[in-house]
Amino acid sequence: MIAYLLRSLVQAALVMLAVAFIAFSMFRFVGDPIASIVGQDATLKDRQELSRALGLDDPMPVQFARFLANAAQGDLGLSYRQGRPVAALLGERLPATIELALLSALLALVVGLTLGVYTAIRRNGLLANVIMSASLVGVSLPTFLIGIGLIYIFSVELRWLPSFGRGDVVRLGWWTTGLLTESGRKSLVMPVVTLAFFQLTLIMRLVRSEMLEVMRTEYVRFARARGIPDRVIHFRHALRNTMVPVVTITGLQLGSVIAFAIVTETVFNWPGLGALFVQSVQVVDVPVMAAYLMFVGLVFVVVNLLTDLVYLMLDPRLRSASAAPAR
Amino acid sequence: MSEPVLSVRDLRVEFVTRRGILKAIDGVSFDIAKGEVLGVVGESGAGKSVTGSAVIGLIDPPGRIAGGEVRLGGQRIDNLSPEAMRRVRGKRIGMIFQDPLTSLNPLYRVGEQLVETIQTHTNLSNAGARKRAIELLAEVGIPAPERRIDGYPHEFSGGMRQRVVIALALCAEPELIIADEPTTALDVSVQAQIISLLKRLGREHGTAIMLVTHDMGVIAETADRVAVMYSGRIAEIGPVRQVVQTPLHPYAKGLMGAIPTLVQSSDDRLVQIPGSMPRLSAIPPGCPFHPRCPHAWDRCSRDRPDPIQHAEHRVACHLYDANDPTAKAHMIHTHAPLEEGVAS
Repeated sequence: MIAYLLRSLVQAALVMLAVAFIAFSMFRFVGDPIASIVGQDATLKDRQELSRALGLDDPMPVQFARFLANAAQGDLGLSYRQGRPVAALLGERLPATIELALLSALLALVVGLTLGVYTAIRRNGLLANVIMSASLVGVSLPTFLIGIGLIYIFSVELRWLPSFGRGDVVRLGWWTTGLLTESGRKSLVMPVVTLAFFQLTLIMRLVRSEMLEVMRTEYVRFARARGIPDRVIHFRHALRNTMVPVVTITGLQLGSVIAFAIVTETVFNWPGLGALFVQSVQVVDVPVMAAYLMFVGLVFVVVNLLTDLVYLMLDPRLRSASAAPAR
Repeated sequence: MSEPVLSVRDLRVEFVTRRGILKAIDGVSFDIAKGEVLGVVGESGAGKSVTGSAVIGLIDPPGRIAGGEVRLGGQRIDNLSPEAMRRVRGKRIGMIFQDPLTSLNPLYRVGEQLVETIQTHTNLSNAGARKRAIELLAEVGIPAPERRIDGYPHEFSGGMRQRVVIALALCAEPELIIADEPTTALDVSVQAQIISLLKRLGREHGTAIMLVTHDMGVIAETADRVAVMYSGRIAEIGPVRQVVQTPLHPYAKGLMGAIPTLVQSSDDRLVQIPGSMPRLSAIPPGCPFHPRCPHAWDRCSRDRPDPIQHAEHRVACHLYDANDPTAKAHMIHTHAPLEEGVAS
């Protein structure tokens, strides 16, 4: 079990190293950093001095090592555009995205699991069939269309919810939250639903098919043959076995919710990381893009580590053997 | 003899499919007395397992019990509500499945699964149920049960897992145990241990056992009586010694002739039954065995034979119909070999 954890950690570190290298390469291949900083009329001598001062003359491995050391200390460089530390820029935007993503993930997980189990148990029920048909919409409609549709109904027609921004936020140390004010909560509703919709339907359909699969296994039949009540069979025997494969997909999906909230943030003009990234791409602000890339990498790696830990909790076969996951 | 533990009368099970209704079980009747082991043999698809599932009420759609009666200790159980039938399962009828590797939930400790089952059927406290679980594990021959109770299924060998499965079936001291191919997935040396365990448990607790298998060796060693099934019907049923040594039904004769023995001389070839059992969708009219039967005459393809009491056997074959004066004429061939061939 220790070996299993260690291996996961080493893998995570390797992945982060690779992501950092790609981020670092962006500085060299996406535009010329000197040209981005100095004006049009700078002399060749000015450029060479700046290049030396910034350490761009050093060999690449040295530069990469310095980049890594700085990044590890939270120094991600200065934004070309705004002239402020990238770390500070990310820090300002982080709470908005995390709040949005975590609430969406929670909604997708809770509702997706509940509906998935329900549609599996009442496989032939009318309501289950209606839910399954409706979920096709969720799987096939693009996110921005759902967002725009929600805005049209609830902001334009009904005028219940604001169509953009976070509303009033409350500052708690370096964190800002919209959960403590009414306008903040109202602003969250539509972006959260929009972002959660696809994940929700995906988790639901996955849970349903896995659950149906597990319900056909011999140990479920044997549990029925022992007179174990259906409720216990569904929620104790079947659900936990269902969770093993579901956790993998869900983990990856939750990572992408945090990482790729870009579309939803753009539709709702949400002041989060995704919106910051879109702006940076438009003005080729390489340090911000590189930092965002590493952030996304970090999110995936952390989520994967957590997924591995959940595996260990769920499946005793992994705990006793130091073997890699069976599936 | 007192009232049988299990009494099945004219049981019929159907599967509704797009291509019509398939009769998996068609008019099966048998009794099992207290402490008795009834072996049920037949080829794959003869309806052995379906009979077991029907008795315990685990026929899943599109299958359904289409007729007949199942009585447990005199009480009719085939028409109980799902909830009432659930209370019968595990409590009064225990079931053992074929593959011990897949019968146990891999994510829960053996003890958790035992305690859960015990508490489903009794009012024992957690500590009481755990104590009982340890006793059960000891009874089925698991060494160091106090320690093994906290193991997960994957930490047990195949034979040990099947012992755990048997312990689970015994949780509430059922009157009847249905063992569906309990040894098929095990090593031969382990098979013998599991069989002797089942025999001992049946003897000590007076439990009636319905042993479903295609292994005649297991039947000969374990069963008191044996039912030979063919195409969803019982071809012959009777005391194991008589049915094995002097089978009456032509199919049973063929089945017994196909068992290799060590004392056979090299000239003796294993008897083969020509052809194969019909699919459920193509069961012929009359006697389902008549296309393969060397004794068959026109009546066999017309009339369905009803079980006839003949000595200690009950046999569904027109050859033994005392009211049919022509039957004896066809019996002449009985001593001729069915057809000889090399066992492959």
